[in-house]
Amino acid sequence: MTAEATAGTVVRTQPQIQSELMKSRVAAAMWFLVPMLVALAIVAGWPLLRTIYFSLTNTSLNNLYGGDFVGFKNYLSWTTLKSGRTVFSGLLVDPAWWNAVGNTLRFAVISVTLETVIGMIVALVLNAEFKGRGIVRAAILIPWAIPTIVSAKMWSWMLNDQFGIINDLFLNLGIISQKVAWTATADTAMTAVLIVDIWKTTPFMALLILAGLQMVPKDVYEAAKIDGVHPVKVFFKVTLPLVRPAVMVAVIFRLLDAMRIFDLIYVLTPNSKATKTMSVISRENLFDFDKFAYGSAQSTLLFLMIAVMTGLYIWLGKVRFDGGDR
Amino acid sequence: MAHIELKNIKKSFGLVDVIKGVDLEIFSGEFMVFVGPSGCGKSTLLRLMAGLEDITSGEMTFDGTLVNALAPSKRGIAMVFQSYALYPHMTVYENMAFGMELAKSSKEAIKERVEKAAELLQITPYLARLPKQLSGGQRQRVAIGRAIVRDPKVFLFDEPLSNLDAALRVATRLEIAKLHHQMNSSTMVYVTHDQVEAMTLADRICVLRDGLVEQVGTPLELYENPQSLFVAGFIGSPKMNFLNGEIASKFGANTIGVRSEHIEIADREGAWKGKVVHSESLGSDSYVYVDIGVGGDPVIVRQEGTHLHQPDAAISIAPIPGKVYRFDKAGKPVRN
Repeated sequence: MTAEATAGTVVRTQPQIQSELMKSRVAAAMWFLVPMLVALAIVAGWPLLRTIYFSLTNTSLNNLYGGDFVGFKNYLSWTTLKSGRTVFSGLLVDPAWWNAVGNTLRFAVISVTLETVIGMIVALVLNAEFKGRGIVRAAILIPWAIPTIVSAKMWSWMLNDQFGIINDLFLNLGIISQKVAWTATADTAMTAVLIVDIWKTTPFMALLILAGLQMVPKDVYEAAKIDGVHPVKVFFKVTLPLVRPAVMVAVIFRLLDAMRIFDLIYVLTPNSKATKTMSVISRENLFDFDKFAYGSAQSTLLFLMIAVMTGLYIWLGKVRFDGGDR
Repeated sequence: MAHIELKNIKKSFGLVDVIKGVDLEIFSGEFMVFVGPSGCGKSTLLRLMAGLEDITSGEMTFDGTLVNALAPSKRGIAMVFQSYALYPHMTVYENMAFGMELAKSSKEAIKERVEKAAELLQITPYLARLPKQLSGGQRQRVAIGRAIVRDPKVFLFDEPLSNLDAALRVATRLEIAKLHHQMNSSTMVYVTHDQVEAMTLADRICVLRDGLVEQVGTPLELYENPQSLFVAGFIGSPKMNFLNGEIASKFGANTIGVRSEHIEIADREGAWKGKVVHSESLGSDSYVYVDIGVGGDPVIVRQEGTHLHQPDAAISIAPIPGKVYRFDKAGKPVRN
């Protein structure tokens, strides 16, 4: 009887204990989240809302609080001339803007693709066992650890048309016949930017992928050896599917970053139409050209594009942020 | 079907010698079990046979062909890992079919082989599932199924049951025994640290210690005629009782060993008097731990049925004549 009664009590009280535990867990989680949520609301949420609001006004830089609400005029407006022709104006028909969108997309796609491929190769090498692996792993992070401004300036000197080491090197090797203004020429500016960005960011990509590679159990590779799988096939059929979740998350981080690229281009190729990105052009309008509302509209559109792209990517790629599908 | 011969096989990892010269013959269709304490080199020896590690020196032949430098996939082996080693992103079917797909077998042939293996192991309902959706026992059966599909000459098992709970271990052990009967043309090599698994599954057992073969023989040979103190202590459960000193000298040995089932509770001449330390009743058997006042571990006595002994009660026990194993100083049996 006693045993039965005890058992009954246990069964009855257990759910309550669990829910109390859950309650305190949820409460603890909330308290841990609050500081971050508050900080995010102050430094990201509020400025974002302000920017969106400014983009719907005719605010100018010297009178930030005196703007009038103008609706979507910054984005698109039209007037019908006496001749009956309708003239469109605004952001959505601005060729400079669309040039920047094209530059940004081209930069993002090419840089992220190459960084992923090279990062994967570097990660595979770093995942192999060899002497001095720890030192190499640390050394490879150096480009990423250098502040962008510093590395951009460093590269801009190396790429300089007058005294840059790269021109000197290429001339001596006979690769080029005369000095090239890598960052100033429209044809080579984007390539220069891409090279520097890939040099700088591949280590980050490699490290994220390496973390994923280290999650792949070793015995699976031994099973593949016994199955007689060719190493190349092992990569595509075993390794790649297993690190896919890690790669997807790494790509999304990089894609977000690449879409907002600003500092590197601002330092390396200022005012080059060939490399001007959305961030660069909106800063120009905001502060240089005194078209504060127009720049806000560009910033808003950039935000929307990144949001939509990220959403699509997560949805289409079935990205999971909880460490993969195993 | 493969006849495996190991001649003076050695393996070192850097400066550490793990296998120190193993000579062993495994006959076609035999179920050979490598058993030994952890660190004795049994898994390494199996991995050398699989080709997952390189042999440092010595010769290994399968059916007379030297395989020292042969890739694992060309040795005609299949291996079942302790940790299952299933491809986590493939379904059970894909896991089992992967090897055949790479060998460019026809779809029908693959399907037939996979389904047959699945039926044998009763995993047909799970063919479309991912490994993570299966229990440990089911995963291990899939791993065995993957091995069967390869239709190997040699099955290698690396502690396949150690990750399973006790009940599943017994059930899966039975599956493996059945598998051996059904596929009696395949040679099977099985590594375990559990001497019960070794005794129940093996045609022959190879006891390894410290990188060397201690003794090879059928389970009963090892049980009845251990060729060293080590084997005597390793085979049999509970562990054989060892006694030194005066008691042993009476038998003309440095150490004597008596299994718990070979000791009676009886007060006859030459009986050992002592007191009960503890007793365990398992239902079918009872174990009595007796301190006979010579130091060392208490002597374990096995009684059939349920018996209760109060701690500290006086008891006298005696070995069954002719069931006492005698060993010399070197741990080798005394012969005369």
